[in-house]
Amino acid sequence: MPITRDEVAHLAMLSRLALTDAELDHFAGQLDAIVNAVARVQEVAADQIPPTSHALPITNVFRDDVIVPPLSADAALAEAPAAEQGRFRVPRILAED
Amino acid sequence: MTSELTRMTAAELAAAIAAGETSAVEVTQAHLDRIGSVDGRVHAFLHVAADAALAAAVAVDHRRKAGEPLGPLAGVPVALKDVFTTTDMPTTCGSRILEGWQPPYDATITDRLRRAGAVILGKANMDEFAMGSSTENSAFGPSRNPWDLSRVPGGSSGGSSAAVTAFEAPLGVGTDTGGSIRQPASVCGIVGVKPTYGGSSRYGVVAFASSLDTPGPLARTVLDAALLHQAMSGHDPMDSTSIDAPVPPVVAAARQADVSGLRVGVVSELGGDGYQAGVLARFGEAVELLESLGAKVTEVSCPHFTYALPAYYLIAPSECSSNLARFDGMRYGLRVGDDGTRSAEEVMALTRAAGFGPEIKRRIMLGTYALSSGYYDAYYGKAQQVRTLIIRDFEAAFEQVDVLISPTTPTTAFPIGERADDPIAMYLADLCTIPSDLAGNAAISVPCGLAPEDGLPVGLQIMAPVLADDRLYRVGAAVEAALNDRRGHPLLDEAKGLADD
Repeated sequence: MPITRDEVAHLAMLSRLALTDAELDHFAGQLDAIVNAVARVQEVAADQIPPTSHALPITNVFRDDVIVPPLSADAALAEAPAAEQGRFRVPRILAED
Repeated sequence: MTSELTRMTAAELAAAIAAGETSAVEVTQAHLDRIGSVDGRVHAFLHVAADAALAAAVAVDHRRKAGEPLGPLAGVPVALKDVFTTTDMPTTCGSRILEGWQPPYDATITDRLRRAGAVILGKANMDEFAMGSSTENSAFGPSRNPWDLSRVPGGSSGGSSAAVTAFEAPLGVGTDTGGSIRQPASVCGIVGVKPTYGGSSRYGVVAFASSLDTPGPLARTVLDAALLHQAMSGHDPMDSTSIDAPVPPVVAAARQADVSGLRVGVVSELGGDGYQAGVLARFGEAVELLESLGAKVTEVSCPHFTYALPAYYLIAPSECSSNLARFDGMRYGLRVGDDGTRSAEEVMALTRAAGFGPEIKRRIMLGTYALSSGYYDAYYGKAQQVRTLIIRDFEAAFEQVDVLISPTTPTTAFPIGERADDPIAMYLADLCTIPSDLAGNAAISVPCGLAPEDGLPVGLQIMAPVLADDRLYRVGAAVEAALNDRRGHPLLDEAKGLADD
């Protein structure tokens, strides 16, 4: 089933991408073509095959909890878009009502 | 002398500096001069750190004069892909969203290069967040192929490959997620290695697809690649997927360069229709060459490799959509639209729309789609099962042979612009390299001549089992030596893109 422009607008919202109308038009056609191409994986008979999320059989990796000097507040804030009183300053996160 | 220094290999430079025949400062200055004279045309670097490089070189020369032990790459210049964090240089990943960002910590590999005495010349261009096969996705403009400046140098580690090919640096560091070291090495006529996944640390490597991302070396010779591989690799407690085992004996294997009795398998599925004639011709000659050197060559079928590309373009975008969620304009990087009236969510969406290029937006949305409820089983889940089948194909093949071979890429370097807005055509560049990323095993590209129809380099890909990285160097060095012997000179002597220098 094709990926519609509305679906791309929904994906953009989920992805926190404020796309323009022109971008939505452009990406709709491209994403539809890409999804059609990658849907070939569904041709493979793999019913009893376990999924692989990671090529190495490594689980539960631990290391010693050694105390090392942390980043200073100044270093952590040095690249902040906005900082105030030793903290990151961000736009409001709650609606006004 | 200056131009001679830029023509020397990393191994020769390290030996000459250690012996006092030249100094690290002279070597570094020669490479900075070369960058000054050609990088306006090649655009391999996003940032040249002349002062920091010369300071590092001075430190090496002081250590030598004081009789202190020198690291294995002492005084050897390196081009570092702009995806590795560096405290003294910006780290942009080729993206507007990180333009000018100077990280507060060094990547493990940055740190290991410094400790080995390597001189970091600067940060090499790349496709934005390592997504692409041409460097055309860099927000700061493409790099150019030193064989023909109208062509791509490959990608995503195309700045590193262009720098090494243009003699701006003897060594380059890249990362390979779907072929991003081997494909640029192939189309530039140099050597590129994707180590076994987990063999080289991802700490401080800005993440694209965490189950695939693998840092590795680019160089003009197989031995140089081995020296860099050795220096940058090994267990890192800061990376939970780092393998706690010794680095395979890659330097010894590069010096051994012997394939007699080795069982070599030609992958049936990686060739034929869609491959450029000159690529197949040179590959066929490489097969004959290996036989003449005493290898036993057979054909091996890996039936699921034909599904590697679609599986990859579900798995990698899915991981990317999750990893790149961290770029939200709150704590570092670009912030757009924060005018006091907008919410944090609105600012995030405006920031990401302004800061990411089109390929990043495509992949984030593709990954978001593949992971959505209702589509997960049909896309991401199915791709993960295909990944298992590809691993099993490799396991079955490596019961019959010691290494597998194929062309590295289906075509030689394509013209800049040709595939820029055709994502599916661009994705085909990684057709042969993706299987080893999905399976996590080691693979190399070594040059095997020029395609007669366009005079551009062709790469031979050699694939080895997990943690058998040394086999790549053994075979690669044997092929390199035999071809140099036959030709009478290294392949790069024929590169004419910068011929007027």
